Amino acid sequence: MKTRMSFGGDEHIFVELDEEMSLEACFRALSLAKAVRESRVSGVSEICPANASFQLRFDPDEIAPRDLRAELEAIERASEAAEPVLKTRIVEVPVFYNDPWTHETLMRFRERHQAPDMTDLEYAARINGLASVDALIAAHAAAPWFVSMVGFVAGLPWLYQMVERSRQIEVPKYLRPRTDTPRLTVGHGGCLGCIYSVRGAGGYQMFGITPMPIYDPRQAISYLRDFMILFNPGDIVKFRPVGREEYDAISREVQEGRFNPRLSHVTFSLDAFHADPAASNAKLVEALDGH
Amino acid sequence: MAIEVIKPGLATTVQDLGRPGYYHLGIPESGAMDHYALRAANLLVGNAEGDAVLEATFQGPELRMTENAVVAVTGAEMQPGVEGVAQPIWTSFAVKAGQVLAFDFLKRGARAYVAVAGGIDVPVVLGSRSTYALGALGGLEGRALRAADVLAVGKTAAAVKAGRSVPEALRRAVPATAELRVLPGLYDFRVTKAALEGFFSETWRVATEADRIGYRFRGGRPLEFVPRKQPFGAGSDPSNIVDTCYPYGSIQIPGGSEPIILHRDAVSGGGYFMIGTVISADMDLIGQLQPHAPVRFVAVDMETALAARREANQRMAALRASLQ
Repeated sequence: MKTRMSFGGDEHIFVELDEEMSLEACFRALSLAKAVRESRVSGVSEICPANASFQLRFDPDEIAPRDLRAELEAIERASEAAEPVLKTRIVEVPVFYNDPWTHETLMRFRERHQAPDMTDLEYAARINGLASVDALIAAHAAAPWFVSMVGFVAGLPWLYQMVERSRQIEVPKYLRPRTDTPRLTVGHGGCLGCIYSVRGAGGYQMFGITPMPIYDPRQAISYLRDFMILFNPGDIVKFRPVGREEYDAISREVQEGRFNPRLSHVTFSLDAFHADPAASNAKLVEALDGH
Repeated sequence: MAIEVIKPGLATTVQDLGRPGYYHLGIPESGAMDHYALRAANLLVGNAEGDAVLEATFQGPELRMTENAVVAVTGAEMQPGVEGVAQPIWTSFAVKAGQVLAFDFLKRGARAYVAVAGGIDVPVVLGSRSTYALGALGGLEGRALRAADVLAVGKTAAAVKAGRSVPEALRRAVPATAELRVLPGLYDFRVTKAALEGFFSETWRVATEADRIGYRFRGGRPLEFVPRKQPFGAGSDPSNIVDTCYPYGSIQIPGGSEPIILHRDAVSGGGYFMIGTVISADMDLIGQLQPHAPVRFVAVDMETALAARREANQRMAALRASLQ
């Protein structure tokens, strides 16, 4: 990994930890962003961690760009010795895979797809060398995912599955983006997953849909009353397959204000993950049982 | 005091100076595309500089005031009229209770700012009244105005006079060919030196896809990429990078063909390389560009960017002084 800094005009500085995606680069971006927040550098108004990079917005009337850069370099040096451990949350996301709504949508946009004679799930299973759609769903729902970034639109989490690179699910985006994606679609593009927080355009392959809203600008949904967005960068997500019946039941609970996401506070250690990914993941997912 | 919307115009939204602080969660700052015009409009009617106003895009709305009001219109040349009587822009004027404020065709610029003494009083969401339509957040129900909407107006602190005016020298005109100054950087190394030179030497035109999220440009030659093996997770197109955060004003060029400058309602991140970023002093001007307007991108260094920013700050100080 090699850190690279570049100014985005006179109000942003961009710090790339690595050109390629990895859990290390993401973790490093997140912990540096946190270190910047804690050091309270003057003039900084936005601290945005991303997949393998982060970005600050600053007011050059308050801090000269070269001074900010020097401060960042100092923070980076100081953080190198820190143990890669993150106190975070694991959140269970129920998913109705192969649901009728994303299916209806993907059928409308077949001419924009690489494989017009297949569904997105069938295509993803095939190009990842998996025997069936069920095998893809099982892989998608088995290991947890790291929220590597929140954005594009309000509250949309980007997810990186916590498995060895050889086991990452990889799919291209649609040839041309769709003009429509159902709200709460669980999608996948490149090596990243996402949950579409609002209805709208999108280019990711569509795998399913969750009944659990993750963004509510009106703050009417019970668990989004304190803040309108559920996910933060660094959260961990575990997908759980549900059928139509449970999907409908959860939707009703959400409407009636009775639903609470299953989530637990956990500590994630990058070193423990590298030593034994399966054991580290099992321990994280276990924490949900105590919920 | 309230404003009744008779006709909404094409895309009229409530905006102030925006809601910084939530970009890391995908909520952009929003706020007026042209900050200077918003501040001027507010100062003209005795408001605080960052009060909420209406931003009318390409076409003005038709509004009825329920009580006597003092109004100012700045930004685009879109002449206001009260009951058919033309009123000057960059100048405060009175609208009596029951009278209708309407607008003539757009002559120059793209966005007019309509300030009313007291400020538009919609709920403050995450520290701002600005509308972010993509996220259905802020403004009036998170959307552009519709016919029959009613907007509340805040109370004015003191009696406000009509007839105050911004001196001619302090009204920013939109040039025939806009020059947008750009600090190259970010991922500019992804394209060849010749492509980079081409980008800065050609004349581009604003495409019809130009809104608060971003401005797209057409007319230049496609940019050639430096060949490389794409990094893991970046995607197969040579214009793809591992998804990252997008600065406001950053210029991405999907597929190397049509540049897009992200503006106040920016999508906060994505996987397209960026060639550089428009400097802060030129962001307001983008909001006043119409589709098909010719534009040139001019490469500048950080010192020039900061000097331009100081100049913009000085002009703002002069505006404040002239309206005190």
